[in-house]
Amino acid sequence: MPSWPALASQAFNGLALGSLLALVSSGLTIILGTLGVLNFAHGALFAVGAYAAFVMLQYTQSFLLAIAVGCGFMLVLGFLLERLIIRFFYGRPHEDQILVTYGIGIVLVECVRAVFGGNAQRVPTPSWGQGATQLGFLIYPTYRLQLIAIIATLLVGLYLVLYRTSMGLVVRAGIENPGMVGILGINLRRTFLLVFAIGVVAVGLAGMLYAPVVAVTPDMGANFMAQSFVVIVLGGLGSFPGAVVGGLIAGEIVSLTSAFNSSYSEVMLYALMALLLVLRPQGLFGSEGRV
Amino acid sequence: MNRSRSGGLRSHIPELAILATLIAAPVMLPHLGFSIDLLTRVLNWGLIGLGFDILFGLAGLLSFGQAAFYGVGGFVTAYLLVSGTLSSVWLALAAGTISAGAFGLVVGWLAVRRIGIYFTMITLAFGQMAYFIENSPLSHYTGGENGIPGVPVPVLGFGEHAIRIGAGLPMYVLFAVIFFGGYVLARRIVRSPVGAILLAIKENTARVAMLGHNVPAYKLAAFVIAALYAGLAGGLLGSFQSYMPPDAFSLETSGQLVVQTIVGGANTLIGPLVGAAVWLWLRDNLQLVPGLTTLWKLVLGIAFIALVVGLRRGICGEIIHWLTERRTLSARRAAEAATEAIEAGAVKAASSRGRDTALPLPSPATGDSDVALEACALARHYGGLKAVDGVSFKVRCGSIHAVIGPNGAGKSTLFKMLLDEVSPTSGHVLLFGSQVTGHGVSRSAQFGIAKSNQLNQLFPNLSVRKNLRIAALARCRGPLRIDLLRTADSLPEVEAQIEAIMALLDLSACADTPAHILAYGEKRRLEIGMAFATSPKVLLLDEPLAGMSPSERAATCALIRDIARTCTIVIVEHDLDAIFGLAERITVLYEGRLLADGTADEIRGNQQVQDAYLGGLHAHEPA
Repeated sequence: MPSWPALASQAFNGLALGSLLALVSSGLTIILGTLGVLNFAHGALFAVGAYAAFVMLQYTQSFLLAIAVGCGFMLVLGFLLERLIIRFFYGRPHEDQILVTYGIGIVLVECVRAVFGGNAQRVPTPSWGQGATQLGFLIYPTYRLQLIAIIATLLVGLYLVLYRTSMGLVVRAGIENPGMVGILGINLRRTFLLVFAIGVVAVGLAGMLYAPVVAVTPDMGANFMAQSFVVIVLGGLGSFPGAVVGGLIAGEIVSLTSAFNSSYSEVMLYALMALLLVLRPQGLFGSEGRV
Repeated sequence: MNRSRSGGLRSHIPELAILATLIAAPVMLPHLGFSIDLLTRVLNWGLIGLGFDILFGLAGLLSFGQAAFYGVGGFVTAYLLVSGTLSSVWLALAAGTISAGAFGLVVGWLAVRRIGIYFTMITLAFGQMAYFIENSPLSHYTGGENGIPGVPVPVLGFGEHAIRIGAGLPMYVLFAVIFFGGYVLARRIVRSPVGAILLAIKENTARVAMLGHNVPAYKLAAFVIAALYAGLAGGLLGSFQSYMPPDAFSLETSGQLVVQTIVGGANTLIGPLVGAAVWLWLRDNLQLVPGLTTLWKLVLGIAFIALVVGLRRGICGEIIHWLTERRTLSARRAAEAATEAIEAGAVKAASSRGRDTALPLPSPATGDSDVALEACALARHYGGLKAVDGVSFKVRCGSIHAVIGPNGAGKSTLFKMLLDEVSPTSGHVLLFGSQVTGHGVSRSAQFGIAKSNQLNQLFPNLSVRKNLRIAALARCRGPLRIDLLRTADSLPEVEAQIEAIMALLDLSACADTPAHILAYGEKRRLEIGMAFATSPKVLLLDEPLAGMSPSERAATCALIRDIARTCTIVIVEHDLDAIFGLAERITVLYEGRLLADGTADEIRGNQQVQDAYLGGLHAHEPA
């Protein structure tokens, strides 16, 4: 039995990992829900985001500025991918969509590898996130606490966009019934473009924010993508609240399990998914039907 | 229209071609930059690919988790050998293969419940789970990130005369022999009834279930077959490299298999092998080109996207398509000519009265009762909407019974409840006194209820003969039978059934025409014929005359009368003239409730029915 401070520390790790997974998965889930496309390039886009932060930090000394420019870059990348490739696949079978996004993922990862090489890069922790913070009973790295706060803010922002703006209303209506939204005279093409770009920015941001915590390699996104698949199966396909709650649950499971036996941390996550598929196949927040 | 049954040398051309290629490859290909080791590796990928192509190419199930079975087969084999538990490589290979199959059974049992995106995500997630299990909890056995070194090579024979199958050409020969065996088996599976049903599942899953096949079980069978092939290939990998690497389990392995299959061509069996040859050749040879050393995968990625966007068939698929295109083209011309002839009125509606409708395959045995089908207080509510609200009626055995009513009366919902396609909110359906409701649509078909749909539900890329075969197989073989080694067309009763039905439908001339290029009227007839080919006790026809020309209507009415001589028919139709001509008894629905039930004459004279249809007018006119 691990000590209480160790357990609490792992709970905080779970919160940090969970909020990150929530951000990655919400990008995946709104694209899936609205466009009906399961984006297999999501992991590659996570890595592209991390490298964007790495490059921008070479030119600007400010972490915030680097992230702002990086977001702009991800937005443009999202627009380009949607216009040039993805939009031709809305009417094709799911298998084709999966295959083409998987191909895009390969190309993105290999582009990164061609430019930066396969070795791990280090992104420094921003100056305002150095050191550790005293939380009474435990000492915890400051940047990770800030990470939790920043991502929470971003998710609240995404929530407001989705649930408090007219564009968000269109997106949510599109998740329910894309055909009907089109019949009502709303230009879904533009909405689709925007949703895809938002999803790309969300996962890119996750990559940028996480870059200081881990080694940055071209393949770093693959495992995150697999985990975010588990998250959206947990939460229910296409459900934004499901992605957030599912992300936090997944993060806590991985972290708390590793407090007891680190070799089972990832295995537990997939075991939970298997259990849920038997007991509640539509996920925590999902409804049977679409997809 | 007697086609020679499968057999003879001609049908084995693919096997012979593969055999010749396998023999010629180590002689010819090294000049093109394929070393013997590379060829062996290609065969290893080709072997997993045989199973994967049955899963993805044939049954249409895209798995991103094949690495799990490759890895299980590999590590079980390697562990048994290196730990000294087993000394025979052959036994260890068998154990590894069976372990992979058993793991496939567990994962598949969970995965085949879901379709499309869900299926792919579940397989990917289980693939990752297997990777982490290998890497951490079992690292004591598997070596974790180091893998298992020192896997021995197989030995042929015993004692002093034993031959070690060493690296280089002997290993190639071993892999070639195993691949060839695997290919022959895989091709038999493709040509078996199970293969025919898996292909139909890819074309139209719902219809396969409606015809009475146990769809999840067949999918699971394909999943386990794919896992067994992957397990065998994994086991061989360890022996080949004398080292079992942990990245056999990685997501990259699963992805590479998918890419190779698409590049080579899905549903061709050798597609994955050809794709692997392209992939590995490019990897080895592009790396030698200055300036391209790290870019080979980028080049492949771009080529892969181009293939998915443009040429979905892949290399082998395009070649096969090019070879068969001519045949299809002439069939299409014939179909167009037939349509024009019908439009020009050149073909008279066949006077089909008196045709023999006794089918070779017997209907399922049921209780002997005067009432064939009985609906008891059937209701289906969607929220507050009562689509069907407490409808009861009886269908007399051997009669033609019509269900009519204005649009939105609940006819289609009622129909779907009769064969448990939609489960009722309350009430139940009895077939010769035994309960149908609650068993699901494919069990209902096995009990003897078949339905032809309002909108055609055919297998568009299969020929007329194969469409009907899927239906007849369901009656002949029951919901599930894993007969992998017989050919699909080797059941004489099934073939007799198909011929009888094609003659009845006037479709014998286009027996080998793909369903999607039939004329509309022919498609409608095939839709009815598929339902009838299951030798049902009760046949439900949902608007069989919809969209037909007057002469086609007359022909179809005659067909329905013919069919009615061997089975009970329940029919929903808007053409009231046709109904009054056909039906002995009519049930009228109005806004989800039973309005009237009686003989054709009683209904014709019923004031309420006239009001419902004509909004209070008294003259009788067809709606």
